[in-house]
Amino acid sequence: MSIPVLQVQGLDVELRSERGVARILQDVTFTIPRGGTVGIVGESGCGKSTLLRAVLGILPKGAETPRGAILFDGQDILTDHAASARGRIGFVPQDPYLSLNPVFRAGDQILEIMRRHAPGSRADHKRKIVELFRAVQLPDPEGALRKYPHQFSGGQRQRLLIAAALACDPALVVADEPTTALDVTTQREILALLRRLVAERGLSLLFVTHDFGVLASVCQEVTVLYAGRVAESGPVRAVLDTPRHPYTRMLLACHPDRAADLAGIPGTVPAATAQPSGCRFHPRCPLAQPSCAAAAPPMQALGEGRAVACPWYETPLPETALA
Amino acid sequence: MAFYIARRLLLALPALLGLVFLTFVLSRVIPGDPAATLAGDAATPAQLAEIRAQYGLDRPILEQAVIHVRQVLTGDFGRSVFSGRPVAEEIAQRLPATLELTFAALLLSTLLGVPLGLVAALNHNGPVDHLVRVLSVGGLAMASFWLAIMLQLFFSMELDILPLRGRVDVEIGMPPLRTGLVLLDSLLAGRGDIFVDGALHLVLPAVTLCLPGLATIARFTRSGVLETLQKDFVLYARAAGYGRVRLAAIYVLRNAVNMVVTQIGLLFGALISGAVAVEAIFDWPGLGTYAVQAILSADYKALLAVTLVVGVVYAVVNVLVDVAQALIDPRVAEDAR
Repeated sequence: MSIPVLQVQGLDVELRSERGVARILQDVTFTIPRGGTVGIVGESGCGKSTLLRAVLGILPKGAETPRGAILFDGQDILTDHAASARGRIGFVPQDPYLSLNPVFRAGDQILEIMRRHAPGSRADHKRKIVELFRAVQLPDPEGALRKYPHQFSGGQRQRLLIAAALACDPALVVADEPTTALDVTTQREILALLRRLVAERGLSLLFVTHDFGVLASVCQEVTVLYAGRVAESGPVRAVLDTPRHPYTRMLLACHPDRAADLAGIPGTVPAATAQPSGCRFHPRCPLAQPSCAAAAPPMQALGEGRAVACPWYETPLPETALA
Repeated sequence: MAFYIARRLLLALPALLGLVFLTFVLSRVIPGDPAATLAGDAATPAQLAEIRAQYGLDRPILEQAVIHVRQVLTGDFGRSVFSGRPVAEEIAQRLPATLELTFAALLLSTLLGVPLGLVAALNHNGPVDHLVRVLSVGGLAMASFWLAIMLQLFFSMELDILPLRGRVDVEIGMPPLRTGLVLLDSLLAGRGDIFVDGALHLVLPAVTLCLPGLATIARFTRSGVLETLQKDFVLYARAAGYGRVRLAAIYVLRNAVNMVVTQIGLLFGALISGAVAVEAIFDWPGLGTYAVQAILSADYKALLAVTLVVGVVYAVVNVLVDVAQALIDPRVAEDAR
C-alpha cells in the first residue's frame, strides 16, 4: 500500500493574541489515502478554517508554532511548508466573489500559479488552462482566459477556481465550503462537477463544510470536529446512519431534514480562549459524567474504520436532550 | 476604452468653459483699477478714460465677457499691462519651466512615496512603519520656503555641490529651445553638459516641492496596501502559492494604487500652487514667479491667463488620471457607462 497523500497527526494549533492564548486545534488526527475523499465537518468556530490554513501553510500571525505533524506525501509540511508542496495542493476557496483579484485577468491569475509550480512554457500553460476550463464546463474556454473576474457569474467563478486548483496537477485538492456563497441550483451543479472530477481524475480531496448533506454528496470519509477536537470519524454513510458521539447524534437530530420541529443543542460552542477541561462537549452533553470534565476521553476504534472520542457512545440520549 | 477616454475629455470641456467665465468674473471683483495702475499716479481723468477705451474697459460688462471668452478661445490673452508684451507669449516662455519642475517633483514623490508606503504597510507597526509615519507627517508639516532656504544654505553655500538658483548656469547657457524643457531640449541637441547642469539645478527645487506630495502618496499607498492585504484574494493567492515579492509588489500594489492615482490628480493642483513659493526662492523662471510679479503689479491680464493655463493643465492631468485608473482597474471604465 502506498503512503497516504495526507496524514495529520496530533495537530495542535494555538493562536496567541492580546486576549490570551486560544487553543484552536488540539490533537487533531486523520488520514487521507491516495484517491480518498475526506470531509471535515463542524460548526463555525470549531477550527475548520485553521485546519485548512495549516494544511495550506498559511497559518495566521500568532499561530506560528503549531505542534504535531502534517505529512504531505510522507513529508512534514507543518513547520517547513516546502515550496514543492504548494501547487501540488490545489485550493478551492469558500467565496468565489472575493477570492479573485478584480484588477487582473482570470487567466493571468492562474498562469501566475503555474509559472511558479508547473513545468512547461507559458503557451503550454495556456493550453492546459483552456483544457481545464472545458473540463469544468466554463462557457467559451478560450475567451475566458482574457476576461476579468467581474465578467463571470458566481458559479462560473467557482468553476474557474476549481480549474485553477487543478492547474498544477495537484496530489491533493483542498476545498473550503466551496458552495456556501452560491445559490442552491448553482451549489448542486458545482457539487456534481466536483464529484465528476474526483471520479474521473482520481483526485484526493479534503473537503471542509458545516453541512452534512453537502459532505455526504462528495466524500467517503468524515471527521467531525467539535471545539478544535475530533469527536468522531469514519465512513460518511455509517456516521450519518448511526452517529456515535453525543455531539454528532444531537447535531444530526437537529438537521432540519430529520428533526420533527426545529431544535438545537442547548448552550453554545465554547470560546477558544476559554475551553472547558476534559471533553470539550461535556458542559452541553446530556450523558456527561464527572469523569468527562477531568480528562479528555481518548479516541476508541470501533471497527470498520470508525472511531469515537466518547466512552458513552452506546448509551442512548434522553428524550429531552434537544431544546 | 476609447469611448471612456472620449467621454472623460468631453466632460472636461464644460469645466474649462466655466473656468473661463469664472476668471472673467474674478477679474471684475479684484480690488484695484487696472487702468489707474497702467496710467500711473499722475494721470488725469482724461488719460484714464482714454486708457479705459483702449482696453475696452468702458464697454458694457456682458460685452466685455463675450470679448474675453472669444479672445481666450483664440489663444489671445491680450497684452501685459506691466511689460506691454503679449501675455500668451510670456506664458509660453514660462510654462515649460513650471511643468518641468512640477513633473520632476511629481515623479520624485511617486517614485519614493509608493515604495515607502508599500514597505511601511508590509512592516505594519514595525520600526520602518513608524519611521515612514514620522517622515510623512514631517513632510506635510514642513513649510516649503523654510526647507528651501535650509537646503540652499546647506547644499549650495556650505557644501557647494548644488547650484543655488536658476535653471542652468549662465556660462553654459540654455539649449536651443524646442519644447522649452531644459532636460529634453539638451538631449535633443545632444548636449550632455547642459543636461547634467539642468538636472543639478532641478534637484533642490524639485526636492523642496515634492515633499508634501511624497508624504501624501506614502500615506495613501500604505493604507491602500493595508486594506488590500485584508482581502480574501490575497489569502487565496498565498494559499495558491504566489511568490512573496510578486504578491506584494504587483498583485497587491495594483489594487492599492488606484486611490493613490486619484491623490496624484489632486496633488497636482497643490504642486502648482506650491511652485509659486519654490520658484520665487530658487529664482526659477516659471509661471509662479510670473504670477507673483503679476499680482504685485496688478497685471490682471497676466493673472487671468495664468489662472486659465493652470486650470487647463489641471483638467488635462485629471483626464490622464481617469485614464490611468481605467487602465489599472478594468471595472472603472465599465462602471462609467
